[in-house]
Amino acid sequence: MTKLQLKPRSLFEKIWDSHVILTNDEGQSLLYVDRHYCHDGSFHAFDMLSESGRKVLRPDLTFGIPDHYVGTKSKDRQDFADDERRNLIEAIEKNAAEFGIKHFGLDDPRQGITHVVGPEQGLSLPGLLIVCGDSHTSSHGAMGAFAFGIGASEVAHVLATQSLWQLKPESMRITITGERSFGVTAKDVILGVIAHISAAGAVGCAIEYAGPVIESMSIEERLTVCNMSIEAGARAGMVAPDQMTIDYIEGRPFAPIGDAWNEAVAYWQTLPSDVDATFDQEVEIDISTLSPTITWGTSPEDAIGINDIIPDPNGESDPQRREAKQRSLDYMGLSAGGSLKGVPVDRVFIGSCTNGRIEDLRNAAAVAKGKKAKVPTMVVPGSGQVKAQAEEEGLDKIFIEAGFEWRYAGCSMCVGINGDDVAAKVRCVSTSNRNFEGRQGPGARTHLVGSEMAAAAAVTGRITDVRDLMEER
Amino acid sequence: MQPFTKLSAIAAPFNRINVDTDQIIPARYLRKSRRHPDYATYLFRDLRFNDDGTENPNFVLNQPAYRQAQILVADVNFGCGSSREGAVFALAAYGIRSVIAASFGDIHYNNCLKNGLLPIRLDEKVLATLRAQLVEQPGSTIEIDLEGQFVVGPDGNKHTFDIDPFRKRCLLEGLDDIGLTLMHEEAMAVFEASYQETYNWTMPRQG
Repeated sequence: MTKLQLKPRSLFEKIWDSHVILTNDEGQSLLYVDRHYCHDGSFHAFDMLSESGRKVLRPDLTFGIPDHYVGTKSKDRQDFADDERRNLIEAIEKNAAEFGIKHFGLDDPRQGITHVVGPEQGLSLPGLLIVCGDSHTSSHGAMGAFAFGIGASEVAHVLATQSLWQLKPESMRITITGERSFGVTAKDVILGVIAHISAAGAVGCAIEYAGPVIESMSIEERLTVCNMSIEAGARAGMVAPDQMTIDYIEGRPFAPIGDAWNEAVAYWQTLPSDVDATFDQEVEIDISTLSPTITWGTSPEDAIGINDIIPDPNGESDPQRREAKQRSLDYMGLSAGGSLKGVPVDRVFIGSCTNGRIEDLRNAAAVAKGKKAKVPTMVVPGSGQVKAQAEEEGLDKIFIEAGFEWRYAGCSMCVGINGDDVAAKVRCVSTSNRNFEGRQGPGARTHLVGSEMAAAAAVTGRITDVRDLMEER
Repeated sequence: MQPFTKLSAIAAPFNRINVDTDQIIPARYLRKSRRHPDYATYLFRDLRFNDDGTENPNFVLNQPAYRQAQILVADVNFGCGSSREGAVFALAAYGIRSVIAASFGDIHYNNCLKNGLLPIRLDEKVLATLRAQLVEQPGSTIEIDLEGQFVVGPDGNKHTFDIDPFRKRCLLEGLDDIGLTLMHEEAMAVFEASYQETYNWTMPRQG
């Protein structure tokens, strides 16, 4: 008898297959959701739910974590920007209480940015399907999960049914080879990838990041990479779970223990893509020549090495692209052919779901240590746990001595809606994920970088090659 | 949901690539109720209006011929970035019923479908032609037929488009998909019971 031949499957296909409740005649699959994170911006969905008289089907798989609108100056809600924002924080509290959802509220030491809290608490696990009404939900893919952002109507659907209709996305494997040279971070790698494939390069795809560079990255670095998948248009980004993933999860508060742990680990080890698995698209990028990277324009694809020249829009053959790049330059107050190095900056932001984890803060502190901020600089830890750990390690003292502001956890200046924003024409070097026009405030000029480069800009007051401040390892 | 069947309406050329949802609605308006009477004014707020609140006359929707547009003809990667459904609430509040683009931000595409707004994907070259026609003959109309899956440009040329049949049916009939899903309640319960037995470890331990 011939042995049953199973078609080789990718990590993504394995997770997809295990979550299909049914596929209708029209090709849409109804997928089961393991984790649903809600935040203070999810109120539209709760309104929709209430308006239709529906309830939350699985409050035990739903978690409420305020992050977008929370003030970062103090934990005191009287310090929040205004009543309107305070009301949104109170709305998620109220909805959580009404529907029996676990809530990491303002007074909970675990509160923080949803995409930092999920992995940190051992909620985001390999093999799970995770959704949240926020595009940076792709972050959780670093744990070996299929995780993606959804809109408010879809959030309402998940609240009511613990499921979601989806067309199977195309798959893309991005294999990253070569060696990271001195001073090159995970942020530089993902900015390099987006510059290479473009902001629309992975529209609708589920990306698997693979290859030696990814395998050697810490979980925190993988979270940074997966976080920005959406900036290349991808639905999701993911990394196969390995021993590093397992070690990271073990012992975290919500992670399985005992027999359940052993079962989970045995299952996770079956998840990596089969050797012969195929992908709709394959991309290979050698990052050996990558240097610390920074954006010059208003799309995350506008990223160049710190020593590169700002590209000339006239080099674009497509007229729409040419016009877009010229608009970007005008908005940013820059000229083609110039260098970013040495450009004076007005302020610096260190934080966000991209770079607000403990490793990011350690890296920033290493650069800031013993120096003084030349421009206003804010450090906003990604979660209460990150803040506590940083304080235990004395990082807060390094920042405070350097004249940086040491804040409470939240999304803060990444999205600029909690009151921490950037004024018009102010040049901000930021560890966040979007340099869109007006993202950090109307007219704000954002340069995306990793946390070391941000700290370097803070202590020099200029866009700086951080390697000039670091000792060769 | 408001059904979408056919539409013949003024179309505005939107000559930009990578229009992110932060442009469609700046984040500072996301805290407003989706039923706020000013919602239409949030659409493209920082492009449409100057700092002093006056209209930017150069912005396409401020030009007399395009003010009543119900269709936008855009380019690559329309609605990229943030998942904010406020971008669709704002388009809908203004009166936009369809956006035609070469590609869409994935989440924005789905958000449109949930609000009776039809996102249509057409080839980049076709879009360049359509936009050129709309510039040459400002205020001209485009016809859209969802059932037949085609668009007729100002020059009378017909362009067919793809849409997945489930979403097409929901739009044509104005179906609420939570209601549709709950029709599968039994299959869902069977799946859930078996899933939780096989993957018991997925249940979050109380931390």
